[in-house]
Amino acid sequence: MGITSPAGEQVNLNTESSAMPGSVPERINRQQTFASAEISGLQRMYWTIRRELWENRYVYMAPLAVAALFLVVNLIGMFHLPAQMRQLAGVDAERYRAAILKPYNTANAFLMGAYILVTLFYCSEALHSERRDRSILFWKSLPVSDLTTVLAKASIPFFILPLLTFAITLVLQFAILLLSSGILIASGQSVASLWTHLPVWRMSLLLLYHVVTAHALWPAPIYCWLLLMSGWARRAPFLWATLPLVAIAGIEKIAFHSHYFATLVGFRLLGGPSPISYMPSDIFPTDPMTHITPAPFLLSPALWIGLLLAAVFLAAAVRLRRYQGPI
Amino acid sequence: MTVIEARGLSKSFGTTLALDAVSLQVEAGRILGVIGPNGAGKTTALNAILGLTPYQGELKVLGRDPWNERDRLMRDVCFISDVAVLPRWIRVSQLLDYVAGVHPRFERAKAEGFLAKTSIRQYSRVQELSKGMVAQLHLAIVMAIDARLLVLDEPTLGLDLLFRKQFYDSLLNDYFDGSRTIVLTTHQVEEILHVITDVVFINRGRIVLSCSMDELQSRYAEVAVRPEHVEKARELQPIQERQVFGRSILLFDLKTHGNLALLASFGEVRTPGIADLFVAVMGNGDNEPCRGAS
Repeated sequence: MGITSPAGEQVNLNTESSAMPGSVPERINRQQTFASAEISGLQRMYWTIRRELWENRYVYMAPLAVAALFLVVNLIGMFHLPAQMRQLAGVDAERYRAAILKPYNTANAFLMGAYILVTLFYCSEALHSERRDRSILFWKSLPVSDLTTVLAKASIPFFILPLLTFAITLVLQFAILLLSSGILIASGQSVASLWTHLPVWRMSLLLLYHVVTAHALWPAPIYCWLLLMSGWARRAPFLWATLPLVAIAGIEKIAFHSHYFATLVGFRLLGGPSPISYMPSDIFPTDPMTHITPAPFLLSPALWIGLLLAAVFLAAAVRLRRYQGPI
Repeated sequence: MTVIEARGLSKSFGTTLALDAVSLQVEAGRILGVIGPNGAGKTTALNAILGLTPYQGELKVLGRDPWNERDRLMRDVCFISDVAVLPRWIRVSQLLDYVAGVHPRFERAKAEGFLAKTSIRQYSRVQELSKGMVAQLHLAIVMAIDARLLVLDEPTLGLDLLFRKQFYDSLLNDYFDGSRTIVLTTHQVEEILHVITDVVFINRGRIVLSCSMDELQSRYAEVAVRPEHVEKARELQPIQERQVFGRSILLFDLKTHGNLALLASFGEVRTPGIADLFVAVMGNGDNEPCRGAS
């Protein structure tokens, strides 16, 4: 090994360097660095995910902004709350429940929308921006494999963003609940029914479940396709990713007068197999009355075919990154 | 110990051959300058060594196959492939955090020591730094990594004279310790003259000349031939002839033609400048290379 090469004797002859700060004799350095030695794959993954968040601050800023905006809008509407609650006192239980839940469901819907938009944008940029700004050459000069890099990027839509959405929702719902309670108490009304109808924790968990199942795992092949195309296209990766899909749908429409492909893609993006949860059409997925039914979802072949396809796209993206350089 | 070993290394882009069966051996502790005109294949050769491009032929860097083991190899190899590859959005402190987080041989305190001598602040973003400062930052990071091979591809491109000088000075004084190996390319040939121990001339994907600087100096001689001897001198087949202030300057390869005593009788004998040598050697591509870069 080069560490104990005979040329090592020259190290201490290099007296000029000892005047510089931070350049202790090389031998000591080497012992130190070898003592601190190995870095685990998990640690590399952790830092690479952090790097993604440094670069793409919108990943957390966008949902936070949506939540903040929603809170402000709600704050304005909240001054009507005492009057609204008095009106609701007479109505039947179902309508009462629906009225109370409305702002929370709307908040959740907005955060899900933010999740989908951020994910689509992130996935169609993730492997493109590092080539566009040439920084891929710097990242490749570090001992981080293409697999780690691509998995770190994929973890943003599948792991980081759902958790982030969950945390933000929890805080947001709790904040709305506390503010509403404060206003009701100030106007001399009871807050007991509000708290019994709004299990914030359960609603947030339902949102997490819904985001992971319906918006992360189910459309996984679409996100991974975007990731792959972001690593392949020289420019406009989003167009390169979507145009083939549009073209296939168009050809099918003209040639066969059918629209199976378009339906399939649309279903992948926004639908989901019916039994993700038990929800009659008028009940929102994060409604506390929703009964989640993971078994039929997890057992549906469509989910696993999709995940397999997603894995193939990711593997292709890993392989492709080895060949890619700056553009 | 052999750091780089290439045998029959080839790489083609479409129909153009960027590397044509290049064979090269670089031993530990050498500083190799790779010199060639634009499109000669320098960057392609370095990219192959760094695992950035696939190739045909045999190539081992520190005993590893760069294309299939890039991430492992990068624990022992560092490279600066261009002045502008640091991501513009990153903060200096984040950059240090990240490299410290993923590189087992990076010593953060050392990098901070180098940075303290510059005007680069830790909270600055790369996009706020001047081109020269970005180069300093990259060099500070690379010098704080205890690597065995450092590859520099045009590391000072676009920098002013002062920065270029500082760059090579700190490379020699603070980094090179005699056991490390450095491979570098540049167009500013004269600036690396005092830095390199070995030189490779590369043209049209082939190595035209490969030898140590000592060898180079003893092998070639330049003679300012007095007008009356010009005809006689030309018979000795100089590899190049040029006119400077009306005098004929003839360049000889002592290995194949002429002996020093005879040449001295024609006029003043000097060691040729590397740039002149470069032009001369590139002129006749069929020059026989001296084997082994060490």
